[in-house]
Amino acid sequence: MSIRSTITSEFEQVAAEQKRRLAPLSDDLPLLESGLDSLSFAIIVARLEDALGIDPFSAEEPVEFPTTLGDFIRLYEHSRA
Amino acid sequence: MGAGARDPVLYGAAATVRLSELAHATSLSAGPETVLGKTVLLMTGDALATALALVELDGVAHRLVLATPDLPPEHVEHVRKTAGADTIVYDSASDQSRAPGAGTAILGGTALKPILGRAPVADESEWILLTSGTTGAPKLVLHTLDSLGGGLAAREGHEPRIWATFYDLRRYGGLQIFLRAVLGGNALVLPGGAEPIAEFLARAAAHGVTHISGTPSHWRKVLMSGAARQIDPVYVRLSGEIADQSLLDALTATYPRATIAHAFASTEAGLAFEVEDARAGFPSALLNQAGPVELKVEHDTLFIRSPRTATRYLDSDVAPLRAPDGYVDTGDLLERRGDRCFFVGRGGGVINVGGRKVYAEEVEAVINGDSRVRMSRVRARKSPITGAVVVAEVVLTERAAADESQHQSIRQALIERCRERLQSHKVPTMLSFVATLPLTPAGKLIRPDA
Repeated sequence: MSIRSTITSEFEQVAAEQKRRLAPLSDDLPLLESGLDSLSFAIIVARLEDALGIDPFSAEEPVEFPTTLGDFIRLYEHSRA
Repeated sequence: MGAGARDPVLYGAAATVRLSELAHATSLSAGPETVLGKTVLLMTGDALATALALVELDGVAHRLVLATPDLPPEHVEHVRKTAGADTIVYDSASDQSRAPGAGTAILGGTALKPILGRAPVADESEWILLTSGTTGAPKLVLHTLDSLGGGLAAREGHEPRIWATFYDLRRYGGLQIFLRAVLGGNALVLPGGAEPIAEFLARAAAHGVTHISGTPSHWRKVLMSGAARQIDPVYVRLSGEIADQSLLDALTATYPRATIAHAFASTEAGLAFEVEDARAGFPSALLNQAGPVELKVEHDTLFIRSPRTATRYLDSDVAPLRAPDGYVDTGDLLERRGDRCFFVGRGGGVINVGGRKVYAEEVEAVINGDSRVRMSRVRARKSPITGAVVVAEVVLTERAAADESQHQSIRQALIERCRERLQSHKVPTMLSFVATLPLTPAGKLIRPDA
């Protein structure tokens, strides 16, 4: 599974578990309008760390916090590189 | 509450009030003589209504109980009884029926009605703040305006400041900012109810915010909002959770001309110190510093003695807030690395998920209620988003452990059990099975910090 599909599948799964209505996923979807709250994002980030072995937010260099879903996915894709 | 030479201004989401207006007007449906000497449960929902009520009630009511609007009904009753509240102030944003038997009900709000004049200020009021107890019921903490606001006006300096805060005013962090603004003769942009972060930032920017305060979780949301640079503050403040280096670096990069400060404070211990060098942790030298605030470390835990600590709990069945020597146990664990001390977590298994506290024992109790579980240990897993999330390790009974094919369905059942009985931030985000869990010689679970 690609990083992109791993991420979108986690978004969908966590939204279902947290009983939140997920906005249609697209690269320019602002994360704060996704329907997910901070707790949901925390769960997604933790599970992606387990699934992909990446936690881009704990890197040595300060990261540009992602604003959109596209930013979020790119953050992970670039961390893997 | 006396103000500085300038007339403080409160900018609510939908209305603005200059405190000088309160000399001849009131936000309350009853005159100040109605609350003279009373114990008032403040349950307004709107931030501006709350701020106005605080200013009007201080020095008139005997006791102000700062109840947060999201308090569950069963806790409201506990708070009302423990404080001896005989009056309640509510507004259209809160629900008065949530506190039946609360005595006299007064409607607050943001619209001012003229009155002939104010009653002279009576005795000093007691300020009761709420904190989290182990079982979820809040503890009632007794403060005075002196312990809460003493010395704040002097620290505000001479230049006018426009403060903004993300916090609820009734939490210690928000109350500090409110008092700094009001006692220092400055302005304060108050948060709206369900106001999106970007809108709050736009509003704060329109008022020319210079000083702004929130928790690390608030600030992470700001960074994700895309609207962070709408404001151009000179002072960015964090408190309420551990501020990690990556967040401090991100804020320094976003607000290059601002001082980035993080403060250590708790409802019981009060404001202990502020760190303004944009580095996580605090200088070890603070531990031996002379001054009104004294710090000491015992069993790796930070203790504080200062004129800013609360006096006592109102609850009768809890350990005393202050030890006989006056020190308050913060419950926060420290690690000393050379000239710097770092907060590494809480003793006693308290987990902070985006500003909301979770006691490990509370979640363990729910998991342990399933007959297939022998014991469990809940701990924090670090999260760059919320600071921590909850994870659980479970030891099954021999019988349940034997059949591995059942483990996945047991895991799902345990998580579902937590979902039914606990608020969402308390539900374990991951649950693993382990053969054993380590105990101290006294038989207590060893809780390493995340």
